[in-house]
Formats: sequence, structure tokens, C-alpha cells
Amino acid sequence: MKHVWKKALPFLLGAASALLLTGCHGSKGAKEFTVPDTFDTGKNYEITFWAKNDTNKTQTDIYKQAISDFESLYPNIKVNLRLYTDYGKIYNDVITNIATDTTPNVCITYPDHIATYLTGNNVVVPLDELMTDEKYGFSGSDVNFETPGEIIPQFLEECSFAGHYYAVPYMRSTEALYVNKTYVEKLGYELPDVVTWDFIWEVSEKAAEKDADGTYLLNGQKVMIPFIYKSTDNMMIQMLKQLDAGYSTSDGAIELFNDTTRSLLFTIAEHAKSGAFSTFKISSYPANFLNAGQCVFAIDSTAGATWMGTHAPLSDISEEAFVDFETAVRMIPQADPENPQMISQGPSLCIFNKKDSGEVMASWLFTQYLLTNKVQIAYAETEGYVPVTVKAQADPSYQDYLSRYGEDNGTHYDVKIKASELLLEHVDDTFVTPVFNGSASLRDAAGQLIENVTKSCRRKETIDDTYMDKLFTDVQSLYRLGQGTDSISGKKNLGKLPMEAVVLLASLITAWVLIILYVSVEYLKKKKTIDKKH
Amino acid sequence: MKKTLVMALALTLTVAFAGCGNATDNNTNTETTPATTESTVAESTVEDTTEATDDAETTPADDAEDVKSEGVMTYAEYVAADLDTEVTVETYVQAKQSWWDNKATVYTQDHDGGYFLYNMACSEEDYAKLEKGTKIKVTGFKSEWSGEVEIIDATFEIEDGSYVAEPVDVTADLASDDLINYQNQFVSFKGMTVEAAGQDDAGNDVAFLYNWDGSGTDGDDLYFTVSKDGASYSFTVESYLCDKDSDVYAAVKNLSIGDVIDLEGFLYWYEGVNPHITSVTAAN
Repeated sequence: MKHVWKKALPFLLGAASALLLTGCHGSKGAKEFTVPDTFDTGKNYEITFWAKNDTNKTQTDIYKQAISDFESLYPNIKVNLRLYTDYGKIYNDVITNIATDTTPNVCITYPDHIATYLTGNNVVVPLDELMTDEKYGFSGSDVNFETPGEIIPQFLEECSFAGHYYAVPYMRSTEALYVNKTYVEKLGYELPDVVTWDFIWEVSEKAAEKDADGTYLLNGQKVMIPFIYKSTDNMMIQMLKQLDAGYSTSDGAIELFNDTTRSLLFTIAEHAKSGAFSTFKISSYPANFLNAGQCVFAIDSTAGATWMGTHAPLSDISEEAFVDFETAVRMIPQADPENPQMISQGPSLCIFNKKDSGEVMASWLFTQYLLTNKVQIAYAETEGYVPVTVKAQADPSYQDYLSRYGEDNGTHYDVKIKASELLLEHVDDTFVTPVFNGSASLRDAAGQLIENVTKSCRRKETIDDTYMDKLFTDVQSLYRLGQGTDSISGKKNLGKLPMEAVVLLASLITAWVLIILYVSVEYLKKKKTIDKKH
Repeated sequence: MKKTLVMALALTLTVAFAGCGNATDNNTNTETTPATTESTVAESTVEDTTEATDDAETTPADDAEDVKSEGVMTYAEYVAADLDTEVTVETYVQAKQSWWDNKATVYTQDHDGGYFLYNMACSEEDYAKLEKGTKIKVTGFKSEWSGEVEIIDATFEIEDGSYVAEPVDVTADLASDDLINYQNQFVSFKGMTVEAAGQDDAGNDVAFLYNWDGSGTDGDDLYFTVSKDGASYSFTVESYLCDKDSDVYAAVKNLSIGDVIDLEGFLYWYEGVNPHITSVTAAN
């Protein structure tokens, strides 16, 4: 098994409820961070960096090299690396460690997750002042390396919420449609430059046709899932955005459960029922089916491009299972091809507050180093990522890399570079969803709607308005949506009060009753004495 | 009166503080994880696995055969059932892989075959009751994910009865198409030779990797390669099932290329056989 299997999923669902539990006895909150006048290079600092990789050795090697290079530039700073392969697990561990003031110094994460971390006091460092600091900012004069300069504005803006920049982008990606073009043409269609939802549903239905023995006419195999979507939360979010329908407002009002969502779910149900559509959670990785000739349209992150296609350098399926076909890369299906819209995603970096402002400065310098050309370009080339700085994108070595697509099936794997170019060409067509405390739960809910409908179709359940009403209610309830709160503040059923709490409360009540009784008795005694004297 | 009241107040507050202290302890144990960076699931898994093993010593005698209740499928009927249909089986817990957010993932088996229960609805309290050998009645949906047949969206109830499966030696079936018939069962492999799993940073052959390509660190899944009769197979120590403090994790980290070993584990499937190994010993 090369990909991370389904075991990662419980973390994503469960992490938020952990915050409630830790929040009760969590950290008191550190002092607000202020940028010191100088960074003391004579004092030693040891910082921890929690990094996420895509189960990719080259990426972990880049982190190690970056740390080594940075420590040479700042011999007083030691960086300890902890590797993760899953954002949900980082989220889970950060939440756990907020309670005990043992957060890492620097962490790769999603803005949605940072919004949850912000429920603690001064847990995450706002970076506004650091970014523009004359000495240590992005163009600072007292930094021991060539500073990263300007961040691509759209990418930086994604890290701004709650009135501050609480993160900086590390890498950016979007989703791409990976197509078995050979199959599309075999079915009698021409693959357009911009694929519409109507097109993808029509071709998928055609690809799902079987003969009397249950063999698919298109591939002659017993298995064919014409259209597989990896991240159904993204699927729903992007479909709604393209139709200008509600999802959420910037201040956290939930608009997901609307008529457009309902209509989209009916459409998805129609194609799930016929076997034309499925999801990663239900079937498996889109790449496995695509590469085996068992899928026509696979939607996954551009950061998963090295797994896609006949000549994919990374694969979970055996060599003999591969089928030869032409792989095309397109933007995700669109409702309006003239006005394409796609999500912007990818890892961001946040810094956790510490008592010693020098330690935070050490973290900031390291964070900034991860945005320098050498790190940015090397990491971007491992997958269909794009660098986040203007300087790195314009660097001749990066431009040379892009121009050499298809030269080999390793560094210059054509599908990977085409995926990167997709985002580079459409930065202005990207969007992100509002970040607020609970936005991570809303995202989960959006995906859950599609997962449930798809599963129900496979189980031959009736999908009608009654079903949809119940689905909306169930999902809202599961994620505590529309109740002025979310799963973070109570998804877990806490059950009865523990006996110790009952004893504590009963004792306190008894103590107060006795105190009041005592005071009353004393008062009455005094009153009697006074009355007698009178 | 004053003395009595003072005594009563003091006693009340003592009880209150005691209650407070206990509550703090309990919260530490059950609600928060120590300030380590290790996964909560992995930690609880190891404890539970150990508990399950210990408890096995005191479990009642094994049920001699499967006597299925009314409306419960036999293993053959379960195998014959279509995917995405509702199934009800009676089976016995063999190993607990993880619990989180009221969902449990468990390897179970009856006398005829294995059932992998993925993310079954389960309270933390009930999870503790799922000791090795415990008989449970499970209702859920038969599903397949990358070749792994499992029961999902399941609920369960504990029943009377116990059975701990002996490992089935499937060494001879490793290269055979029949191997899938043992999917999810507790199995053993005898006389396997350790091969190079990959190379370290210096380019030297190594006997195991953290993650499939060496991109992980201590605590992640271990991957190692063993061979038999000229064919090589990739085996895994799944870190939720057996975490970095388990004996098998340590044993695999101590392997050398060329060692000949016996192994036990559960016959998991991911795009082909991908055993989750629970025991490694030197071959006899």
C-alpha cells in the first residue's frame, strides 16, 4: 500500500470534538506576541516543525535539506522535524497539544484548521507585523538569506481571516480533471478544452453501458467507474460556487442546505444509481481506476498528478494492471465555460506563540526560509504544486522546468507539469471558502451530503424529497450546523455528568446551604438578644 | 452549634476538593492526550491490543462451532451476498485496530472466515468490552474498497460466546489465487526470507522502511519485503494495529536482510494482498 489508506478518515471527523474536551482545561493563553527590536543570534533556540508530505520521499528530503541549509545560516537555531502524511492528523495533534502548551513552533496546516486553533488565547501568532518588518520581514534587511519578496497576492489573501494574517502559503494547488482521452474518443466524443458538467455526465453514462454478461462495453472488463471524485467536499463547494449558490457567508452563516444543493444531489444520485459516478471514500483512489483503464474521468488534486496516467511515476497498482491510454489534463468541469471557477488549496504555514519572543522570531525566520526560491522550486517540482512567491515563479530554473514537460516520466512528467500550469494559468479563476470557527465542519458536511447520496443509491434506497429532507437534517445534526455553533463545540455526546462532578456540585451546594444556614442562625440569635434587651 | 457547623463545612469542602481532584484525574486519562505528538488512536490501540491479549488468558472456553442465531448469515452466505447489501453476521473479535469518534475498526472471525469491520458505531465504553474472543452480532453493509471486502456503517451487540482463532498457515497459498479466500483471517507465514525493502539516504540496502518509500519516521507504518520460492511480497506493520511500542514493531526494526522468519497477522487487502503483521519470530 503506497497511498495512505482509509485509516486517516476518523481523524478528520473526530479531531474537532477533541477541542471541546481540551478547551475546558486548556492553556491560559500566552502573552500577545510583539516583534522584538532585534533577534539575538548569540542565544540558542530549538524549534519544532510539523511538516506534511504526500507520502513522498523527495518531499521529505527537501524538508531535511532546507533545515540543514537554514541551520548553517543560523547556527543558533536547531530545527526538529516531525513528518506527517495527513492534514487531519496534524490538526488532531495540534488540538491535543494546545491544552498543554506543547504546540509545535511551526506547522503546516489549512486555514480552516487555524480558525479552530484561534479559539485559544494568543495560540497562533498574527504575522502582519512580521511580514512587513523592516529588519526581519519579507524584504527585511537583517535576514541571513535572500528574502522571498512578494507572495502571490491571491495566495496570501487566503491566509487572512479574523482581521489578521495567521499563516503564509507554502505551496498552492487546485483540483484537476484527469481524463482517459482515448476512451472519450472511443465513445465518439471529442474532449473539449473546458469540460462542462453536462458533458461529463453524458459521457460517463455512455461509459457505464454493459453487455448482457455484465462486461463493460468500453473496456471489456468487469469493473468500470466512469467518473470518480476524490474530495467530495470540494466537489459540492465548487459546484455551488459555479452556480453562484450559497455555501456560507464570511461571518459564518451557513447557507449550504439550499435548493441548489438539493438539485445537485438529485443529479449526482441519478448518476450514482446508474454506476456512472462514485467517490474515493466509497470505491478507492481515482488514480487506481484510471490507470487500470477502469475510469474515464478522475478528479483529484493537482498535487496528486504524479499518480495519474499510463506512465505515472507513482502507483499503487501492479505494472500488469496498467492500461495504455492518452492522459489529458483539464480544469474541473464547469457550469459556465466562459467564467471558470476552481478552488485554491494547498499547505500553509502557521507559527505558534511562545513565551520567549526570540523563539517566535526563530520560527518566523525558518518559516520565511521555506519561502525562498530554493525550497519553493524544489518542492513545487515534486508534484503539481506551484510556488507561492512571485520571485520563485519567475525564476529561470522554474521556467526551464515548466518548458521541459514530457522530457521524461520523472521530474518532467507531462501530466504533473500540465497540472501545475493549469493553476498558473488560472490563478484569477480560483477562490477559497470563508474561514471561521466551524468552517472545517461545514466543509465535512458538504462532502458528507454527496457521500450519503451516493451510498444510498448503491444500496437501492429511494432518493426523493423526503430522503433529502432527512439527509439535510441528519447532516446538520451530525456536524451541529445551523445551531449557532458546530461540531467543534459539541458534536460529541458528553452523556451524563461523571460521579466526581456530581459530588463536587452537590458538595458546593451543601456548603452554601450550610453557610446560609449558619449566617441565618447567627442573625436570628443576635436579633433575639437585641429583642430581649429591648 | 458553631463547632458542628464548622465540622460540617470542613467535611463538605473536603469532599468537594476530593471530587475535584478525581475529576481532574479522569479528565487527564480520558479526555486529553498527554502532550506528546503521538496519535491518540495509535496509543489507545496498543493498550487495547495488549489488554485483549491479556484478557484472552481468562476468556471462557472457545465455542466449538458456529451456531448462528435466527436471521444471521453463515460465512458462505456472507461471501455470496452482493456488495452494498445489508448483512448480519455473528463473529468474534480477534484484534482491535482503532477507536475514534465513536467508531471502531476491528478484525473479527468466526470458524469459517474473517470479517473486517470498518468504522463500526461503537461507544468508548463498548470498545473496552470488545476483548479478544468476544462474540458480537453485527449488522451493516457489505462493501469493497480497493479489493478489501469489509462491513461498513455497522452496529453491533455483544453476545455470549467466545472464540480465538488459531492462525491458518497460508504460506503455500501466497502465490495462489486462492489466497483471497482467507481475506481478513488471522494467518501465518513460515520460513520467509527478509529482502531489501529499499535504500537509506546513503544508498545502503535496508530491511524495512517507514512508510512505503521511506518518507515516514518512527511511529509510522513499517514496510518490509519477504520472499518465498523466488517471489517477493510486501508486508506491513500497521501502526494503528501495532504501534511503535509493540513487540512486532521492535522486531521488524531489528530485522536484517537474509533473516529467515515466521510471521503472523491479518490478511488485509489493498490492490492485492497486504498483510498487517502482528508477530515476527525467527523461523524454527
